[in-house]
Amino acid sequence: MTAISVSHVWKEYGDQIVLENVTLDFAPRSFVALVGPSGCGKTTFLRMLLSEEVPTRGQILVDGRPLPREPGADRGVVFQRYSVFPHLTVLGNVLLAAELPRAPLTGRLFGTARRQAQDEARALIAEVGLAGAEDKYPAALSGGMQQRLALAQAIMRKPKILLLDEPFGALDPGIRADIHVLMRRLWNSCEMSVVMVTHDLKEAFTLATRVIAFERRRTGDDRARFGAVVARDIEVWPRRVAGQPDIPADRDDPISSIDLVRDDPAPRPL
Amino acid sequence: MRLVNLRPDKGTAIVLALVPFVLVVAAYVLGSAERLAENPADKLLPSLATLAETTGRVAFSPDARTGDYMLLTDTLASLERLWSALAISTALALVLGLLIGLLPLMNAFLAPFVALVSMVPPLALLPILFIVMGLGEASKIALIVIGVAPFLTRDLAMRVKELPKEQLIKAQTLGASTWQIALRVVLPQILPRLLDALRLSLGPAFLFLIAAEAIASDSGLGYRIFLVRRYLAMDVILPYVAWITILSVAMDYGLAKLRDAAFPWFGGAR
Repeated sequence: MTAISVSHVWKEYGDQIVLENVTLDFAPRSFVALVGPSGCGKTTFLRMLLSEEVPTRGQILVDGRPLPREPGADRGVVFQRYSVFPHLTVLGNVLLAAELPRAPLTGRLFGTARRQAQDEARALIAEVGLAGAEDKYPAALSGGMQQRLALAQAIMRKPKILLLDEPFGALDPGIRADIHVLMRRLWNSCEMSVVMVTHDLKEAFTLATRVIAFERRRTGDDRARFGAVVARDIEVWPRRVAGQPDIPADRDDPISSIDLVRDDPAPRPL
Repeated sequence: MRLVNLRPDKGTAIVLALVPFVLVVAAYVLGSAERLAENPADKLLPSLATLAETTGRVAFSPDARTGDYMLLTDTLASLERLWSALAISTALALVLGLLIGLLPLMNAFLAPFVALVSMVPPLALLPILFIVMGLGEASKIALIVIGVAPFLTRDLAMRVKELPKEQLIKAQTLGASTWQIALRVVLPQILPRLLDALRLSLGPAFLFLIAAEAIASDSGLGYRIFLVRRYLAMDVILPYVAWITILSVAMDYGLAKLRDAAFPWFGGAR
């Protein structure tokens, strides 16, 4: 269970303030979507969670401990592009995640250990819907398939936090809907929290347990002197819990009275 | 049709490609015939028959005094120098280029030095090399290395820096150490680019080889050309020039084929 705590974080580049006094707490197993217009600092925020950037002020804690100063295996990532290695096949890309920790010197597994890791990788590849493409290079895959591969590769390493930087932004609507289903399934089945940057509000509300909007309050000449702040922090309703099925949005049958969180009890079906 | 939209079919393309070759040969034959008609002893533009005869003599009949085949001996001597120098340059460039491109510390330490060294005109160093290392093989190989290695190193460092930053971050989130990143992410991706850089450096490598052989040597293709120059032996020089060109083209083609065979992903990833 991994809780992320961001307290009074500022990010400045020289005179330009990007983020201003951001304080947020993410519950374990949450799926947080960061939304906002271009240049509002949502990607900068994600990069700080990734340790690619360091906050100018404030601190970020994961399970009460300060974030390591460089990216590590505890936080997986999928970028919009360049997330997979072009010189490795689909199997090689996923296998790499198993080879690196176990073979510090050669970065390669051999013999039984390799076959075991391969089986594990093949299972994961099948789970993300890439069965049959194991021996293809990423250049031969469509954009959607490349992102599926990137997800498989990240999940192979079993990160506690999965960071997604507009991972589905370049995909067609139909393909995007398919990969949303996969993303939900992975979030339900893997022990991880997810933080996703997106500029697609529908995507944010389709997937997330919580949607956070960044916004620059000032425009015009003042712009650089004021950073973006958290403008909205919305708990998605009906509440989603990792590992539990969703209430279908279009239900109209009578519902039982188990969930007492709402004043008009609208519990989830069994 | 606009000119920009006109494409040759396969047959036309071959004919078009042959035209410049045919024109050059025709011009030579005509010029040679005209000069020989005026003065049958002319040595400047020997007839094709003379060229063929001389080629046969230097390539396929043993030397009366030593019993060596002249072209073969010269070729082996030159290629040994060229290939030793290219092997040393490649090894140097691979290590230095990777270090400079991947590690900011090494970049700060070595990049300015390598940039400066690459600007020193290698031929101006040739007298120094002859004084310090003597007139043997070492000084000739050193000249080629000094001429080629800095270029290869800088090119490779740039290729490493060109790799998307996302890839390095992704590797770290899979738990890769610096060594593992170099071994499994960067090295396999710059090897095909190294082969391409090597192809481009064949021209300069031959230039330095022939320069070194012309000044102080007792064998080699460059030595022979500059030796027979004293007798205006165009019938030897022209076949030698053609042979050197063929050698370069063959090496260039071989390296391109090697790149495609060893790195099948490279074509798609570019």
